[in-house]
Amino acid sequence: MGVILEVKDLVVRFYTQEGTVYAVNGVSYDLEEGETLGIVGESGSGKSVSSLAVMGLIPSPPGKVESGTVNFEGRDLLQLKPDQMRLIRGKEIAMIFQDPMTSLNPVLTIGTQITESLKLHEGMNTSQSRKRAADLLDMVGIPDAYRRLDDYPHQFSGGMRQRVMIAMGLSCNPKLLIADEPTTALDVTIQAQIIELVKQLKDEFNMAMIWITHDLGVVAGIADRLLVMYGGRIMESGSSHEVFGDSRHPYTVGLLGSLPRLDSSGEEKLIQIEGSPPDMRNEPTGCPFAARCDVREQFELQRCWDERPPLEIVPDAIGDGTHVMSCWADIREGVAQNV
Amino acid sequence: MSSEAMTMTMDKEKRDDDYILEVNNLKKYFPISAGIVFQRQVGAVRAVDGISFNVVRGETLGLVGESGCGKSTTGRTILQLYRPTEGSVKFEGQELSTMTGNELRQMRRKMQIIFQDPFASLNPRMTVGSIVSEPLQIHKIYNNKKERQQYVEELMEKVGLNPYFINRYPHEFSGGQRQRIGIARALALEPSFIVADEPISALDVSIQAQVVNLMEELQDELGLTYLFIAHDLSMVRHICDRVAVMYLGKIVELGPVDEVYENPQHPYTQALLSAVPVPDPQVEENRQRIIISGDLPNPANPPTGCNFNTRCPVVFDLCHQEPDPPLIEVRPDHYVSCHRVT
Ligand SMILES: Nc1ncnc2c1ncn2[C@@H]1O[C@H](COP(=O)(O)OP(=O)(O)OP(=O)(O)O)[C@@H](O)[C@H]1O
Ligand SMILES: Nc1ncnc2c1ncn2[C@@H]1O[C@H](COP(=O)(O)OP(=O)(O)O)[C@@H](O)[C@H]1O
Ligand code: SF4
Ligand code: SF4
Ligand SMILES: [Mg+2]
Ligand SMILES: [Mg+2]
Repeated sequence: MGVILEVKDLVVRFYTQEGTVYAVNGVSYDLEEGETLGIVGESGSGKSVSSLAVMGLIPSPPGKVESGTVNFEGRDLLQLKPDQMRLIRGKEIAMIFQDPMTSLNPVLTIGTQITESLKLHEGMNTSQSRKRAADLLDMVGIPDAYRRLDDYPHQFSGGMRQRVMIAMGLSCNPKLLIADEPTTALDVTIQAQIIELVKQLKDEFNMAMIWITHDLGVVAGIADRLLVMYGGRIMESGSSHEVFGDSRHPYTVGLLGSLPRLDSSGEEKLIQIEGSPPDMRNEPTGCPFAARCDVREQFELQRCWDERPPLEIVPDAIGDGTHVMSCWADIREGVAQNV
Repeated sequence: MSSEAMTMTMDKEKRDDDYILEVNNLKKYFPISAGIVFQRQVGAVRAVDGISFNVVRGETLGLVGESGCGKSTTGRTILQLYRPTEGSVKFEGQELSTMTGNELRQMRRKMQIIFQDPFASLNPRMTVGSIVSEPLQIHKIYNNKKERQQYVEELMEKVGLNPYFINRYPHEFSGGQRQRIGIARALALEPSFIVADEPISALDVSIQAQVVNLMEELQDELGLTYLFIAHDLSMVRHICDRVAVMYLGKIVELGPVDEVYENPQHPYTQALLSAVPVPDPQVEENRQRIIISGDLPNPANPPTGCNFNTRCPVVFDLCHQEPDPPLIEVRPDHYVSCHRVT
């Protein structure tokens, strides 16, 4: 399997009236063909912005991709002209969002919206594209699909709108699907329907996928590999089994400890990470997690404030050498070894 | 379990019939009107459609179910923020549904609510100090300004807010801190019962544990009783003693959390629990999901017979007939409403 997407040293900032927002501060990762990468992190950690940058969708102004490369099948997407990028978006890389209502046009029928991209990218005529659109709706489980082409978005429930979005995303057989919190607004039973559907379609279409979420449970079931983001940086990354089963970064460990579990009775107190997420308007120096990190506090690590820890392979990883983290300490030893 | 916690549990068992709240056949219908000039009622949303349960003093009862199933309406109707369409709500033995005016105001001191959205529920033009002390002013407690301020500072400290910030405005605080402000305000009148309506849903994962731990500490310290409304079923298992599962305005299952989670009887509860993802790839790999198809029916037009019959994987002919399956005790303290089970 080859690498389909290679993101290197991505830096994105927003120049707003309240100052510069340091949204993404050096993010690098690879995505293999057919692989699902889960990106997790709290609100504001840079999950969406780093993915919008891949799609060439950072609003500018105020946003600016300051540096980095996004290599997709041999081309640096950041160097493409807007109309070149438009041909890739929707055709080779598709994106679905949390709230389908913001990405569906409320005054156009569902049919019109799906056929538009089929006409643009696949050169189909009206009757061909309507036939294909109905097939797509049928595939994502919308009953009575052909008739529903003439309905408007508000005539569908939240779960059905998300299905429509998925149908649109898949309409041109993309090689990569980026899903940004696609189930966050949905109830769990509907979320389970959508996840099941996407898993099945991903195999059918043989796509690679990036699934962005703050729900660690969702990615545990769907992702092959994980990126844990905090303060616009990658804290830890590796196979799902490594990141969940052999967490090495103090933030990942804290996050997993703070989650109650459905499958065990909750007698113990939840571990809590003190403080709150960083203000992204402060220029990043050192480790973004330093202010909340109990390892730093316990061992009085000055270096965490001053120097940004690089993303490096964790020692004695159980997997294939892709397990990396950015932290000065090695929590297994109970001491801050590296410092 | 510490020995102190042990005696508390035993106390709880001993006082099992000490109900702080008794809800009987409670209904709340919202009228649907049509016509622009002459409004006429053309139907009703049956947001809460005949539910009965009791809350034991000192416990946390969870109320779960999909959005729109009637959880918030239940909480608000209990507190008489909405007046019931039918049925009875007894708080400490006194009927609330017929109470009005000053009598109701006095009762309200003992029952408070914490809302989901810490951003929308705090007045942006009021300082933290005035937000927290507002209930004190309304109820004319602490007319001495200095005493009042001192009490507010104590409350702020209790919920983990630095009293130094007493003159700041809500927008200067993070989500978790705003939720602490909401909790401080709810505690101001020393209530015994708190409805927490999705108190952590709007918060970041790392902040949720902070607020839940705080709620648990306050419960131990002040002997509070909670009705905890949530859609995060993992958190409900952690924080609650018992749980009620709602579907389309009705309670379909009710029982001690461990019992319901390990031995769910109603097909909806089974599907709901199986749909919740667990943050553990090994567990997820081997998990069997019950995927129920379709969406929640329209609560203005619920199905005839069991409300779940449009999505139930084990539906049979009896399920389409009146009357609806009754809520029946199938094991000690474990109630289920389903023809398959009872
Ligand atoms: N258009 C914009 N203008 C200014 N700042 C922005 C803009 N879009 C994003 N940001 C900022 O960039 C940072 C990263 O935002 P991003 O949307 O990537 O977060 P996220 O991890 O996707 O969070 P969430 O879980 O809330 O979706 C945040 O500080 C955010 O406020
Ligand atoms: N003030 C209101 N007027 C009309 N309908 C309402 C009102 N409040 C809630 N509803 C309806 O009642 C049902 C239950 O709502 P709610 O109690 O808010 O559900 P939940 O809290 O479980 O998400 C929904 O169909 C909702 O649209
Ligand atoms: S680098 Fe320092 S502050 Fe950052 S996570 Fe590691 S120990 Fe904590
Ligand atoms: S009564 Fe029938 S439809 Fe309702 S839950 Fe039981 S089996 Fe399903
Ligand atoms: Mg986002
Ligand atoms: Mg609600």
